[in-house]
Amino acid sequence: MALPKPQKVLTLSESSYLVEVLKGMVLTMGHLIKNIFDQDRFRTIEYPDVRKPMTARYRGAHRLLLRPDGGLKCVACMCCPTVCPAKCINIVAGEAENDPAEKFPITFDIDMLRCIYCGFCVEACPKDAIRMDTKIYEINAYTRSDMVHSKAYMVNLMDGLKPEAGAAYRAEQGLAPDGYTNADSAPEGSPR
Amino acid sequence: MSEFWLDMLVVVLRCVFSVAFVMNIVPLMIWGERKGAAYIQDRPGPNRAPIDLPNPADLPRLLSAALRGEPLDYKPVVSLRAAGLIHTLTDVVKLAFKEDITPDHVEKFYWFIAPVIAMSIALCTFAVVPFGDSFLGYNLQVSSLDGGLLFVLAMTSLGVYGIMLAGWASNNKFSLLGGLRASAQMVSYELAMGLSAVVVFLSAGSVSLAEITRQQGEALSIFGLVEIPALNWNVFSPFGLLAFILFWVAVFAETNRTPFDLPEGEAELVGGYHTEYSSFRFALFFMAEYANMIVAAAVTATMFFGGYNVPLFSGAFLRENADMVLAVLGLGAIPAFLGLAVVAWKRRGRPFYAAIPSDDPRRNEPAFFTAVWLGAAAAHGGLGVAGLMGGLTGLSALVGVEGLGADLLVFVLHVSSLGVKVLIGGWIFIWVRWTLPRMRYDQLMNLGWRYMLPIALVNVFCAAGWIILRHELFA
Repeated sequence: MALPKPQKVLTLSESSYLVEVLKGMVLTMGHLIKNIFDQDRFRTIEYPDVRKPMTARYRGAHRLLLRPDGGLKCVACMCCPTVCPAKCINIVAGEAENDPAEKFPITFDIDMLRCIYCGFCVEACPKDAIRMDTKIYEINAYTRSDMVHSKAYMVNLMDGLKPEAGAAYRAEQGLAPDGYTNADSAPEGSPR
Repeated sequence: MSEFWLDMLVVVLRCVFSVAFVMNIVPLMIWGERKGAAYIQDRPGPNRAPIDLPNPADLPRLLSAALRGEPLDYKPVVSLRAAGLIHTLTDVVKLAFKEDITPDHVEKFYWFIAPVIAMSIALCTFAVVPFGDSFLGYNLQVSSLDGGLLFVLAMTSLGVYGIMLAGWASNNKFSLLGGLRASAQMVSYELAMGLSAVVVFLSAGSVSLAEITRQQGEALSIFGLVEIPALNWNVFSPFGLLAFILFWVAVFAETNRTPFDLPEGEAELVGGYHTEYSSFRFALFFMAEYANMIVAAAVTATMFFGGYNVPLFSGAFLRENADMVLAVLGLGAIPAFLGLAVVAWKRRGRPFYAAIPSDDPRRNEPAFFTAVWLGAAAAHGGLGVAGLMGGLTGLSALVGVEGLGADLLVFVLHVSSLGVKVLIGGWIFIWVRWTLPRMRYDQLMNLGWRYMLPIALVNVFCAAGWIILRHELFA
């Protein structure tokens, strides 16, 4: 067992505090003067005006991906709610008749109040249907129910775009608003 | 009868002036604390709260919207942030309009008067601090008590009652512990504080602050060899310097500032004695802390740094050469403004804080911060007032009051001089707060009883011996 190191014996000038206090004050004043003359030394980001660029692997709000034909990639295999440690994903599966996939999620809700942003759902997904690469980190709402992200909401989350902007972008590109190309191909019972 | 009313007017004016002097520096200190802390910690500090001035053309539309109770949306022409000074204003507005919660478990009467005591005691102490030598024969001091310094000591010990009552009446263990710590701290440091003040009594031969200040306006003689005019400050005597250091450390403990801010140690006591207070009652405690700092700095300046005296220029000298002084001040302003213009020109297009957009006026904040702290005394005494002085000299000739202009000039210079000293003291309070960690309670007690008290005692005897020796040798 290692013995604790003996405490350092303070010299007279150290134990009288005065010299050490003055040294500390010189240090802080140095910072102040340097900062006044060179504002590049500030470490703060003026957050709402300026945003920190997020790295590619940053885990933000979830989004649901689409197939090239516009349908949801998700086949409601229930891998993500199974692996989710926070039990925040709620999927109700339905059978698709006119869709290439035989199964689809009627509802796909993520309770963002419970989500711990671990990213297991992304790893578990066999269809690459869910990703957390939106880089959106301001996830907030006025009510608890608004904190549950629905399928329609997550489909419209683009890279860094909130749903409204995402929906506008989709309309501009001729994409369906909720992941289905038109009303005919949308399976029975799927919410619009 | 008119004599009586004139005297009453003078009394009221003195009171208003001394309260205004303290309360005007309070927001400046709060702002300096926030901004200074930020610059010490490599941050830009508060820079958001604006006063958005609308385009005058929008005013009719906005007025009708306001009358209809609709939200006002407009694009501001000027967004006045004043480098974060507006934050202090918004704080006051916020605290004034917040819900004032009185918990059920408090002792109502004592709980209500505690913040009032804290604030009023802080302001009362300033009553004996002289802020000028005389103005048309009137003393520039709210109360020319003969026992001025004793009054200061008495008042600072009363000041702890606000904190103690708040802590006890809150009926809450954290507040009570905060109050207990405050009182214990007060008792331990008051002795060292009083003993270091004794050194000043001894050298002045009086406890009246007016007399102490007047003597410090005399010439400083170094062993009878050299004489420096108006610099006979107590801090320039060997034992006075030690007394000043002890006094200043004790003042930190008395005003509950870091490193001795144990009464509100938020890490272990939630908020300390003001845990249960909200709204304007909390604001009173908050302002009392800063008012205490300002008054403590003013008392220290008066005791050790010549008070209102302008270094190297005695009041009599300034009065005799009022015209000359005015001319020098006026001419001195020109190079000062030219210098500012040169600095502004040289700084144009300089790279600035990268995270603030290039056209954002917030990039000028550090310059503003420096300019305000260095120029605050000028603003306080009023460089503009100094400009008016020439006119007033003429006015005094017209009104026929002898020496009004010269007295006014000396008054402004003396108030500015005291203001500079107070602001330097205030800045040291802030500077130390953002440098030193809080002391542990046993360290605090050790420092007070085992080091400062014996040193202060020895210092009193040595100072007494020195005064006798100096009297024998050089007088």
